[in-house]
Amino acid sequence: MIRVEKLYKSFEGRIVLEDINVSFEPGKTNLIIGSSGSGKTVLLKSIVGLHEVDSGDIWFENTHFNKLDFKGRKSIRQQMGMLFQGSALFDSLSVEDNVRFPLDMFSDKTYREKMERVNFCLDRVNIQNSNKLFPAELSGGMKKRVAIARAIVLNPKYLFCDEPNSGLDPLTAILIDALIKEITEEYRITTLVNTHDMNSVMEIGEKVIFISGGRVCWEGDRHQILKSDNELLNNFVFANSLAKQLKATNSQ
Amino acid sequence: MMKFLSELGKYWLLMGKVFAEPENYKVYYKQTIRELMSLSINSIGIVIIISVFMGAVITLQTAYNTDNPIYPTYLIGLGCRDSIILEFSSTVIALILAGKVGSHITSEIGTMRVTEQIDALELMGVNSASFLIFPKVLATLMFSPFLTLISIVVGIAGGWIAGVSSGVITSSDFVYGIQYAFIPYYIVYSLIKTVIFAFIITTVSSYQGYYVQGGSLEVGRASTKAVVYSSILILLFNVILTQLLLS
Repeated sequence: MIRVEKLYKSFEGRIVLEDINVSFEPGKTNLIIGSSGSGKTVLLKSIVGLHEVDSGDIWFENTHFNKLDFKGRKSIRQQMGMLFQGSALFDSLSVEDNVRFPLDMFSDKTYREKMERVNFCLDRVNIQNSNKLFPAELSGGMKKRVAIARAIVLNPKYLFCDEPNSGLDPLTAILIDALIKEITEEYRITTLVNTHDMNSVMEIGEKVIFISGGRVCWEGDRHQILKSDNELLNNFVFANSLAKQLKATNSQ
Repeated sequence: MMKFLSELGKYWLLMGKVFAEPENYKVYYKQTIRELMSLSINSIGIVIIISVFMGAVITLQTAYNTDNPIYPTYLIGLGCRDSIILEFSSTVIALILAGKVGSHITSEIGTMRVTEQIDALELMGVNSASFLIFPKVLATLMFSPFLTLISIVVGIAGGWIAGVSSGVITSSDFVYGIQYAFIPYYIVYSLIKTVIFAFIITTVSSYQGYYVQGGSLEVGRASTKAVVYSSILILLFNVILTQLLLS
């Protein structure tokens, strides 16, 4: 389980996260939702240690993660995989080299064993015959899938996804969501997904945390979200006209 | 002043991370070979072109400015040799490489920063500073002496071609001049300068790229800063090293 306690984070005096207390359920897809600028990405990057927090505690099981130094964090980080908003594939490496990179760095496997694992992960995310392509030659959806393959190549215990659907068409977004859900269930990974896509919330959100203005305003699951009387949450969930119409129809 | 000290502190902290023990020697070795190709071998062409013309101009300038019967003509060859070895092949080439290699390094690392590729490395548990910068430093330190030697040879050859073809000096006088009163230590001096300049170019440019914040505009600004700061430091260290090594 990942736990966050009394977390504060500011940038040059501007408070971005305030008194965050939240825990994420193991082996499930945990969603952090909120509008742009609400602090979702900062929270995710603080949890994985890419941002140093002002105060507060981050726990991975019984390990006090944010009190560890770089070497101490290394062992936890090797249990993490992350899908970045822009995929963050290494431009100078081909698809297979990108996916093989964590294995090259941290495993003693032979080249053949590594390639078997790379091909397995690429197959798992439905990428075939693209091993030698470079990131610049891939579509947005393919980049995300390769990034997922790279994230899972070391069999992580935790998967972090920052806006996995940003810049994707609705159909590809659904495929990426489904892939994240399948991988979470298949490997019993604790997954944290940052999103403002309500479709993702309804499809894969087993636990949902709503953030607004740097504070956790609501927690629940995807079924409770539509029935909530939290005004901030309702303004976010029913922001578009289609959702408003649906709500009006339901209430009649 | 405080900003300067803060930047200096950040630079040294970064260097501490860069020279930490590599996570995987095999991967670092491959990365160093890749950097050797992209930063050093790809610079041979520009070094040769610049050195040929530099040698030619030095020879012609020396000839036209010492057009006096009391000066023996072989001094043109000597002047060309010493100018190239002492200053041009180390300092001028370093200034040009600060533009070519320095901006390349800053834009590469800066783009990796703004596209979260450095975050991805950190998240995997890789020491991103060491992984990205150390092979670049090693590659340029290893190869820059060869670039300087190439520049010296080609520069002197350029001087010979220009001098002989324009008729300001005979081939035998030029060859006599470049052998006359030769001090081998000048080569050592030139190579020491080259290695230090290579370190400045690589680390200053990497520093600028590593701490970029923002987007492509900031990456461009950082590249400009890297070239300017590297050039100023090269000129400053040129004075210091000349005083230390030749006094």
